[in-house]
Amino acid sequence: MTTLSATIQEVFNEPACAKNAAKSEKERKKGCTKQLQPGGAAGGCAFDGAKIALQPLTDVAHLVHGPIACEGNSWDNRGAKSSGPSLWRTGFTTDINETDIVFGGEKRLFKAIREIIGKYDPPAVFVYQTCIPAMTGDDINAVAKAASAKFGKPVIPINAPGFVGPKNLGNKLAGEALLDHVIGTVEPEYTTPYDINIIGEYNLSGELWQVKPLLDALGIRVLSCISGDGRYREVAQSHRAKAAMMVCSKAMINVARKMEERYGIPFFEGSFYGIGDTSDSLREIARLLVSRGAPADLLDRTEALIAREEAKAWASIAPFKPLFAGKRVLLITGGVKSWSVVAALQEAGLEIAGTSVKKSTKEDKERIKELMGEDAHMIEDMTPREMYRMLKDAKADIMLSGGRSQFVALKAAMPWLDINQERHHAYMGYVGMVDLLREIAKTLFNPVWEQVRRPAPWDDPADNWQARALAEIVAPQLAAE
Amino acid sequence: MAKVTHVKKACTVNPLKMSQPIGAALAFMGLRGAMPLLHGSQGCTSFGLVLFVRHFKEAIPLQTTAMSEVATVLGGYENVEQAILNIHKRTKPEIIGICSTGVTETKGDDVEGYIQLVRERHPELASLPLVYVSTPDFKDAFQDGWTKAVTRMVDVLVRVPEPGAVRDAGRIAVLPGCHLTPGDLEELRTIIEDFGLRPSFLPDLSGSLDGHIPEDFTPTTIGGIGVDEVASLGEAAWAVAIGEQMRPAAEALRTRAGVPFRLFPRLCGLAAMDEFIMFLSAASGRPVPAKYRRQRGQLVDAMLDGHFHIGGRKLAIAAEPDLLADVAGMLREMGAEISVAVTTAHSPILSGIDTEEVLIGDLEDLERLAGERGCDLLVTHSHGRQAAARLGIPFFRVGIPMFDRLGAGHLLTVGYRGVRDLIFAISNLVIADAEQNHQPTPDSWRLTEEDGATDGAQQKGQAA
Repeated sequence: MTTLSATIQEVFNEPACAKNAAKSEKERKKGCTKQLQPGGAAGGCAFDGAKIALQPLTDVAHLVHGPIACEGNSWDNRGAKSSGPSLWRTGFTTDINETDIVFGGEKRLFKAIREIIGKYDPPAVFVYQTCIPAMTGDDINAVAKAASAKFGKPVIPINAPGFVGPKNLGNKLAGEALLDHVIGTVEPEYTTPYDINIIGEYNLSGELWQVKPLLDALGIRVLSCISGDGRYREVAQSHRAKAAMMVCSKAMINVARKMEERYGIPFFEGSFYGIGDTSDSLREIARLLVSRGAPADLLDRTEALIAREEAKAWASIAPFKPLFAGKRVLLITGGVKSWSVVAALQEAGLEIAGTSVKKSTKEDKERIKELMGEDAHMIEDMTPREMYRMLKDAKADIMLSGGRSQFVALKAAMPWLDINQERHHAYMGYVGMVDLLREIAKTLFNPVWEQVRRPAPWDDPADNWQARALAEIVAPQLAAE
Repeated sequence: MAKVTHVKKACTVNPLKMSQPIGAALAFMGLRGAMPLLHGSQGCTSFGLVLFVRHFKEAIPLQTTAMSEVATVLGGYENVEQAILNIHKRTKPEIIGICSTGVTETKGDDVEGYIQLVRERHPELASLPLVYVSTPDFKDAFQDGWTKAVTRMVDVLVRVPEPGAVRDAGRIAVLPGCHLTPGDLEELRTIIEDFGLRPSFLPDLSGSLDGHIPEDFTPTTIGGIGVDEVASLGEAAWAVAIGEQMRPAAEALRTRAGVPFRLFPRLCGLAAMDEFIMFLSAASGRPVPAKYRRQRGQLVDAMLDGHFHIGGRKLAIAAEPDLLADVAGMLREMGAEISVAVTTAHSPILSGIDTEEVLIGDLEDLERLAGERGCDLLVTHSHGRQAAARLGIPFFRVGIPMFDRLGAGHLLTVGYRGVRDLIFAISNLVIADAEQNHQPTPDSWRLTEEDGATDGAQQKGQAA
C-alpha cells in the first residue's frame, strides 16, 4: 500500500489546485477531502470515481477485482455513449469468495484476465482494485504486469479502493493510472497543428457530439478525449496533442497539469455549458493552438463560427425569454456546473434562487459571485429535509439537480429536471443550451402540475400535507404577481 | 428434476447477481420509519442507493458508516457509534437496521458487541430498536440477504407470547420473499382481507415503496410495518411464507412464538393460486368470494388465449431462485420449454424446476446458451437488455433492477388477475415480435438443395 498512499499524497499536493496552494504543509498532508461523517454521508467511493472517469473508454475491458457488490450492484448504469465499441458496457468482475479472501485472489484475477483476452480480445484490460483485496494484500500491480508480459497486451492496474476516499479522489487516482501506464505509450500515425485533448469529458447522453461538429468545422482534431467515447489507443497517443481543454473543474486536474509538465501541452479550464462559455472555450482552444504554431487564420475562422452559431442560438432562445420572466431556479449540483449552468440559465432570463457549492472549488465560488452578485445564495451542504424547506423558502419554480434529490421535489409536486450524470438529455454547446431551455419550459409549463396538486376530494384541504406545502410555496408568489 | 451446476470460470461477465447487504437493506425498507445502515465503505451504500432509486423511482433511505481505510484496519466501533447517533439525531428513525459488508466482515468487526457497547454508553437510545444482520458481500446473494434480515427481525423484534395466550384467529402474518413487488403485496392484502382476515406483512414494501405521496416529508421510510406491529406477530393464528427463501423466517416465528406456518413456494400460476385461495378459505372458514371465482375464470381464459403464443417458446430465463421457479414455472405450464435457466445461488427450490439443468452463473452464460439453443424468449432483469439486443429475441423484464422501464414496483406475478395480466403482457410481446420480425415471405418455405431443389442459390428462409 506504500505506493498507493504515496500516490494519494501526491494527488493531495497538486500544485495546480488553488485551494491546495493556500494550505500549509501540515494541512496539505491531511488531504483535501473532508472527513466523511458516518450516518450522514452520501456519494460514491474512490473506486466509483475511478470507474466514472475511465469507463467511458469504449474498447477497454473494465475488470473489477472484488466481491459482487462493487460491479454487480452498479454495472451498465452510466449515461456515456459510444460511437463504436460496446465492450465498455460489459460487466467484468472476479466476484471473489471466501476462499479468495483466505488464500488470496491473485490467481483468480490472473485467470480472469486470461479469460477476457481469450473471449473478447480487447486492446487493453483495466483492473480496478477494491477494498477487500486491498486489505488482504492482493498485488494487482504485479498481476497486471505478469499478465501483460504473458499475453502481450496492456493490462493497467487502477489503484483506487473505495475506502481511501470519495469519488473525486478516485477520479484523480484514475488519472494517475493513465499517466503512469497509458499516456505516451503509442505514437500517433500522424499529427496536425490542430490536435487537441479534451480532459474530463465523459460524453454523457452523447454531449460531446453536440460540440464535436463545431471543432470539425474549424478543422480541429480531437486527438484524445479522456475519456468520453474514447479508445485506448487515442489516450495512449494523447501526449502528441498541441493543446488541451480541461472540462470538469476538479476531476482530472492532475492529468492536464502533468501532461503540461511532461509533454509541454498547455491547457485551460473551460466549459461547454452555456452559450458564452462555449464561445470562450472555442476561442481559448484556437488561441492555444495558434500559440503552438497553428496558422493564425484559425482565430478569424473561430470568430466567424462563433458569430454564426451564437446568432442561431440567440434566435432560438428569444421565444423563451418572455416565458421565463420571473421564474426562479434552484440548482443542486456540484463543481463546474454550479456556475456554468448559472450563466446559461441567466442567458434565458431565468433567475437563480440558489446554487449548491458542496463540490465547488474556491474559483467556482468566485465565478458564482461574478455571475450572481455578492449575495448569491450558495448552499454548502443540506439534508433532504433542508432541501425541501429550501424549495419552499427560496420559492423556486423548478429544481435542477441529480437523481438522488429528485423525489424531494417531485413528492412536493414541484417541477424538477435532471442535470447530473443519469440524465437522458444532452445539454452541451449551443444546441444543448437551447435543448435545456426547451426541457425546462416543457417541465415548468406542463399542465400536469395543476392536476397532481389537486387535493383528493375526500381530503380536508386544511389538513392535507400537500395542500399545506402548496400554500407555503405558491401563495406568496401569487400574492407577488 | 433439474440438476444444479455451478459455472466454472474465474471471471463473472455481465453479472446477474447482486450483493447480500443491499438485499438485507431492502428488507429493512419494509419497516415504518426505518433507516437501513450499511457498515462499510460509503461506496457500498451509494451503489445500492442508486440501484434502488433507479428501480423504484423513489427516495431511498440508506446510510453508511463511511469506513475509511484506517478505520477499517483499526475496527469500526467509532464509526458504528457515530452513525447511529447521527441518524438518531438527524432523521429520528423508529428503527435502524444494520447490515455488515465485505470489508467489515473481512476485518471481523464484532457489530453485536459494538451495539451492546453503544447501548451502555448512550442510555438515550434505549427505546430505539437496532437490528443487526451479518451479510458479507463475498457470500451468497441478494435474496439471501433479504432472508437473513427478515429472520433477524423476527428474532429480535417479535414478542414471545405469554404462556397460554390465545391466538388471534383473524390475524395472519405474511412473510413475503423479495421476488414480490409492492404491487404484489397490495394484491395479496386485498385477497386476504376479502376473506375477512387481517394480514400483517413482514416486511411491507407496499407501504414504503409503492410510490404513494407521503403525509409529511421524512428521510426515513414513508411507510411499512411498524415496530409494534412486528412485535405482536406472535399472536397471529397463521403465518404464510411466500417463496422458499422465507422458510427460515417462518421457522424462526414458529420457534419464537409458536405460530404455525404454511409455505407457498409459488403464487404465479393457476394451480399455485388455487392452493393459496383454498388455504385462505380454510383458515377463515369462509367460502371463496364470487369475485375470485370470476377472476379464476378470466385467468383460465387468458391461459387459453395465451397458450397459442407461449406454447413451444424456448425460454431463456435468469433470476434469483424463487423468482426463477415462479415465472419459469408459470411459462412452463403454458407450454414454454425452459431451455436455459440461470440463477444466482443455491436453493432447495431449484431442483424442482422442470428443466434439465439450472446454472449458477451470469448473463454471459445466459446469452451464450440462449444463442446456442435457439431460444426465442428472454426473461431477466434490465441488465439483459444488451443480450436481448444482440440475440434479437423478445425480452421481458422481471426482478430487480428494472431501471429502463416504468412500473417496476407494480408488476404483478401473484393473484388470478395479476397472472392473467402477466400472460397478456408476455403474449403481446411475442405477438409484436412475430409481426415485426417473422412475417412469412415467398422464400420462407423455399426448397433448398438438400431438399432436392435445382436452384442452389435459393436460401431457406425462416418461418415465422
